[in-house]
Amino acid sequence: MTISVIDYGMGNVSSVVNMLRKLGDEPSLVRDPDGVARADKLILPGVGAFDNAISRLSALGLIEPLRAHVEARGNPLLGICLGMQLLCRGSDEGTQAGLGWLNTRAVHLSALDPAGRLPIPKMGWNSIEIVRRMPLLEGLESGARFYFAHSYFVPNDGSEAIAATAEYGGRYAACVRSGIVFGAQFHPEKSHRFGLQLLANYCAL
Amino acid sequence: MLRTRVIPCLLISNRGLVKTERFKQPRYLGDPINAVRIFNEKEVDELILLDISATAEERAPDFDLLTSIAGEAFMPFAYGGGVQTLEHALRLFSLGVEKVVLNSAALARPDLVSEIAALSGRQSVVVCIDVVRSFSGRYEVASKRGRQKTGIDPIEWAIRATDLGAGEIVVQSVDQDGRMRGYDVEIVGRVAKAVTTPVIALGGAASLQDMKRAVDAGGAAAVAAGSMFVFHGKHRAVLINYPQRAELEEIFGEDLA
Repeated sequence: MTISVIDYGMGNVSSVVNMLRKLGDEPSLVRDPDGVARADKLILPGVGAFDNAISRLSALGLIEPLRAHVEARGNPLLGICLGMQLLCRGSDEGTQAGLGWLNTRAVHLSALDPAGRLPIPKMGWNSIEIVRRMPLLEGLESGARFYFAHSYFVPNDGSEAIAATAEYGGRYAACVRSGIVFGAQFHPEKSHRFGLQLLANYCAL
Repeated sequence: MLRTRVIPCLLISNRGLVKTERFKQPRYLGDPINAVRIFNEKEVDELILLDISATAEERAPDFDLLTSIAGEAFMPFAYGGGVQTLEHALRLFSLGVEKVVLNSAALARPDLVSEIAALSGRQSVVVCIDVVRSFSGRYEVASKRGRQKTGIDPIEWAIRATDLGAGEIVVQSVDQDGRMRGYDVEIVGRVAKAVTTPVIALGGAASLQDMKRAVDAGGAAAVAAGSMFVFHGKHRAVLINYPQRAELEEIFGEDLA
């Protein structure tokens, strides 16, 4: 199964491609509905603002094809960073509706740290705690370190979707899973061997 | 909490890896791609790459070279030098750079900071403030790779840059650059107190103890260094190096799960 990375003008597509190549994969970039319709396995990266990302996906006509990919064909999708927040119903960062596979909303990090002691955006390496085993985390243990760079987060609501958590004043979702849809709040493509392992797991699904 | 990021800051000039002292006398050290590969193996927290010839030559970033370098950088990667337009920034992001570092261009046209932040998020915009200290102890911002004093107060500029959308502020001491006598902790501390964004100390570090001081006394959220990671020994032999994770944790504490 080949991997396709959605290139919708929202950030670090090349970093993801670079790491997939290091794993020996030759990912394709998809930018249009046909590309999504032909994809076996998708990665939805994302850096930037929530509404902007949804608008771009919508303008490129990708929202319905993404639904068909996941809901009709049952094919895997991995959202990275903002790409994971797009899986939610919405975000406090904007007013647009998200893709809705996660029944929650993204919230500003200040909610975890009302005293305002921690710099926002959160930027840096953080260990994750694995709370629910899933294929994406195969070969990884609690304490695995990943690079985070974000201002909004998906709450740790204790639901079955939460696979791993990270900490920033309070605990929140680092990795999620809803059926065949996966999300990573951190950047596996920038997280050395830990990220390589996670992406290798996704390739092997 | 997050362990303090320890960031090698590499300078390139005419496609070669160089190191300066007080922003002058760039010494040629080798091939930048090779250096990035080594830092990759050493699992560095992050990397900053500054092309110090780009602004001087009034040219755009060397996108070909940066494509090759980004292809080897499996860690967060920030780039500065000649980033003058939103298009430059977007092109850098699309080839695998996480953050652009703005310096002279942000001073000349502060709106560039907001334009990039609005489109790509504040975490993708770093404003680097080069600071010079006068004999009387007054600090001011320098532009054009230290050649032009601006009369601007670094603290005011840091606050403004944060308001404009900078996600991080690098405070670089021109006077301490390459001297390996420790950071100018005073100005790092003043800026860190004035802004809510993470401040990265740069210029002068020789040891993890220097870095620890910038964090404890200066309130730096992250620390960067050039000489310390490219030189070895008192004769400054070229050797790409980076502390073991255990050493970093001993000095800065472990990050908690």
